[in-house]
Amino acid sequence: MNSETDISKKYWKPKSKWWFAAAVLSIAAAAAVNALVPDVQTVNTSYYRIVLAAFIAALLALWTTPVLARKLRHKLYHYSQFIAAAGLLLAVLDLLTTKSDILKLPFFPGPAQIIEVLFTERNTLFICTVYSLRLFFAGLACGVVLGIATGVMIGWNRQWNYWLFPVLKVVGVIPPVAWIPIALAVFPTSFYAGIFLLVLTSWFSIAFMVATGIESTPKAYFEVSRTLGANDRFLLFHVAIPNAVPSIFTGIATSAGMCFMTLVIIEMIGAKAGLGWYINWAKAWASYDKVYASIVIMGVAFCIILGVINVFRNYFLRWQKGTVR
Amino acid sequence: MIEIRNVSRIYYDTAGLPVEALQAVSLEIREGEFLSLIGPSGCGKTTLLRLIAGLDLPRSGELFIEGRAIEKPSHERGYVFQQAALFPWKTVEENIAIGLKARHIYKEKKGLVPEYIHLVGLDGFSKSYPHELSGGMMQRVAIARALINKPKVLLLDEPLGALDAFTRIELQDTIRRIRRETGTTIVLVTHDVDEAIYLSDRIAIMTARPGKINEIIKVEINSERDRNRDDFIGLRRRALEKLHLAGVVYANVQGGGEAI
Ligand SMILES: Nc1ncnc2c1ncn2[C@@H]1O[C@H](COP(=O)(O)OP(=O)(O)OP(=O)(O)O)[C@@H](O)[C@H]1O
Ligand SMILES: [Mg+2]
Repeated sequence: MNSETDISKKYWKPKSKWWFAAAVLSIAAAAAVNALVPDVQTVNTSYYRIVLAAFIAALLALWTTPVLARKLRHKLYHYSQFIAAAGLLLAVLDLLTTKSDILKLPFFPGPAQIIEVLFTERNTLFICTVYSLRLFFAGLACGVVLGIATGVMIGWNRQWNYWLFPVLKVVGVIPPVAWIPIALAVFPTSFYAGIFLLVLTSWFSIAFMVATGIESTPKAYFEVSRTLGANDRFLLFHVAIPNAVPSIFTGIATSAGMCFMTLVIIEMIGAKAGLGWYINWAKAWASYDKVYASIVIMGVAFCIILGVINVFRNYFLRWQKGTVR
Repeated sequence: MIEIRNVSRIYYDTAGLPVEALQAVSLEIREGEFLSLIGPSGCGKTTLLRLIAGLDLPRSGELFIEGRAIEKPSHERGYVFQQAALFPWKTVEENIAIGLKARHIYKEKKGLVPEYIHLVGLDGFSKSYPHELSGGMMQRVAIARALINKPKVLLLDEPLGALDAFTRIELQDTIRRIRRETGTTIVLVTHDVDEAIYLSDRIAIMTARPGKINEIIKVEINSERDRNRDDFIGLRRRALEKLHLAGVVYANVQGGGEAI
C-alpha cells in the first residue's frame, strides 16, 4: 500500500500554505478584536488572549517542526480552513457578547468569559472531571467485560443462547435511566448506583454485537480449521472470537456514547460529584458560564475517549487497513 | 489407501424433494496417486470430496483411510476450498502456521513455516495480509496451510477455478512440483479437462442426477506432458467424448477448454 496516496486521501483539503496563513491570521484577528475593542461586560479577558496566543504559537511550532514534517503538515493544511472559520466565529461571538452585550448575560456568556471560568474554577472542574471519568471507565469496563463474556456465550453455545438471549432482548430495550430510582435506593452510594446503570447501558449492546459477530463467522473458516486439526476450543478462540473483533469494537464505540449520556444524567439526578452534578449546581446559582465551561470539558473529554478507543481499534484491526472505507 | 464403498448421499432441496448427490459410488485411491474428479456441475464432486475429508457423512456406504473408517475431519486429510478461505486477520505465515498451532506443535515445528512458504513460491510475502494478495497467491497460501500438516491426502476442490488462464497454468506447474517434492496423494476436483490430463494419474468422470462415477481414464503419458502432443490430444478427445455422453456441453470440443 502506498502511504503517500493514503495520506492525501485522508487529508484531502488543498495543501496550501496560504490557507494555513489564513488560519493563523484568523486566530490572531480574534485575539486582536478582544484586545482592541473595549469591553462592555466585566470580564477578565487575559486568559482568553493567552489561550489564543498559545494556540497560534502551537500552530507555528508544529508547522516548523522538521521531524514528521510531511504527514504533520498535510494534517495542518487539511484543518486550516476549519481553524480559520473557528477564529472568525470566536471573533463574532466575542463582539456579540463581551464587547457589546447584544447577547445578554447570564444565558449567553462570551468565549472570553467561558475561558476565564475554566481557569478560575480549574480546581473544582478538575476534580469533577476526574470523578466523572472514574465512574465512566469503571462502568464501561465492567460492561465491556460482561458484554464480551455473555456475547461469546450466547453466540457460541445453544443453551446459553436459549436462556440468555430473550432476557437480553427485553432488558436491552429498556432505557437504562429508567432504573435510576431503583438504583439509587438499592445501592449504598451513588457511585455504585452509577456503575450499575453504566453496566446496564453497555452490557447488552456489546453482548448483542459480540454474539452477532460470532454467529456471522463463515462456515468455511470452521471447516478449514477442523481439517487442519483444530478442536472446539481452537475454533472459539482462534476463529470465532477474532472474527467478532470488528463488531466488538463497534459495540464498544456505540455503547461508550450511550454511557456518556447515562453518566451525565445520573450525575445530574443523583450524584454529589462529577461534571453532571457541577452543571446542576451551577444552574442553581444561575452561573451559566460554568454550565458552558463544563459542557466544553465534556465535549473535549468525550473526543479524547473516542480517540483512545480508536487507538485500540486500529491496533487490533490493523489487518483491515485498506479493506474498509 | 482410501477406499470408498458404495457411498450414497441425499440432500433435500428447499421444496423438500430429495436430490441424490451421490448414488452408490465406489472408488479406490492409491498411495501417492494423483486422481482428478471431473464432471458436470452438480454431479456431486464437492460432496464426494467433503465425505473423504470427513466434513460430511454418507447416508449409506463406508469410507476408509488405511483401513480406518473416516468419521470426522482430521489433519491427515488436508482440504483446499475453491475460495481460499484464509483468515483475514492473520498474515501469510500465521495462516500457514494454523495447523501447527491447532495441534500444539507450533513451538517445536515453527521452522517449517518458511519452508512451506518457499515450497509454494511466496518468499517475501510472509508478513502480508490476505487482502494484499492476488487470488493465485491466496490459493498458494491455502495449499501450504494444508501441506504443513504433512497430510496423507490433499483434497483440492477446484482450487484454480476462480483464476485467470495464466495464473492457472503457473499454479498447475507449482502443484506438479509440490507433488514431485512431497509425494503427497492428491485428489483434485476440476472442470478443466486439460488440467486433469496434465496433472493426474487417473481421471474419474462423473455424471449428475444421480451423482455417479461413470468411467475412470488412466493417463499413461510418462514423458513430460505437452498439451500439443498426439498422446495428450488423444486423451483429451477420449475424455471429452465421455463427458459429452455424461451430458456436458463444451464450447469447443476440439480445443477442449471451458465448460459452459
Ligand atoms: N447443502 C446442500 N443442501 C442441499 N443440496 C445440496 C447441498 N449440497 C449439495 N447439494 C446438491 O447436491 C448435488 C451435488 O452437489 P455438489 O456440490 O457436490 O456438486 P459439484 O459436482 O461439486 O458441482 P460444482 O461443479 O458446481 O461445484 C447438487 O445437485 C446440489 O444441488
Ligand atoms: Mg463443487
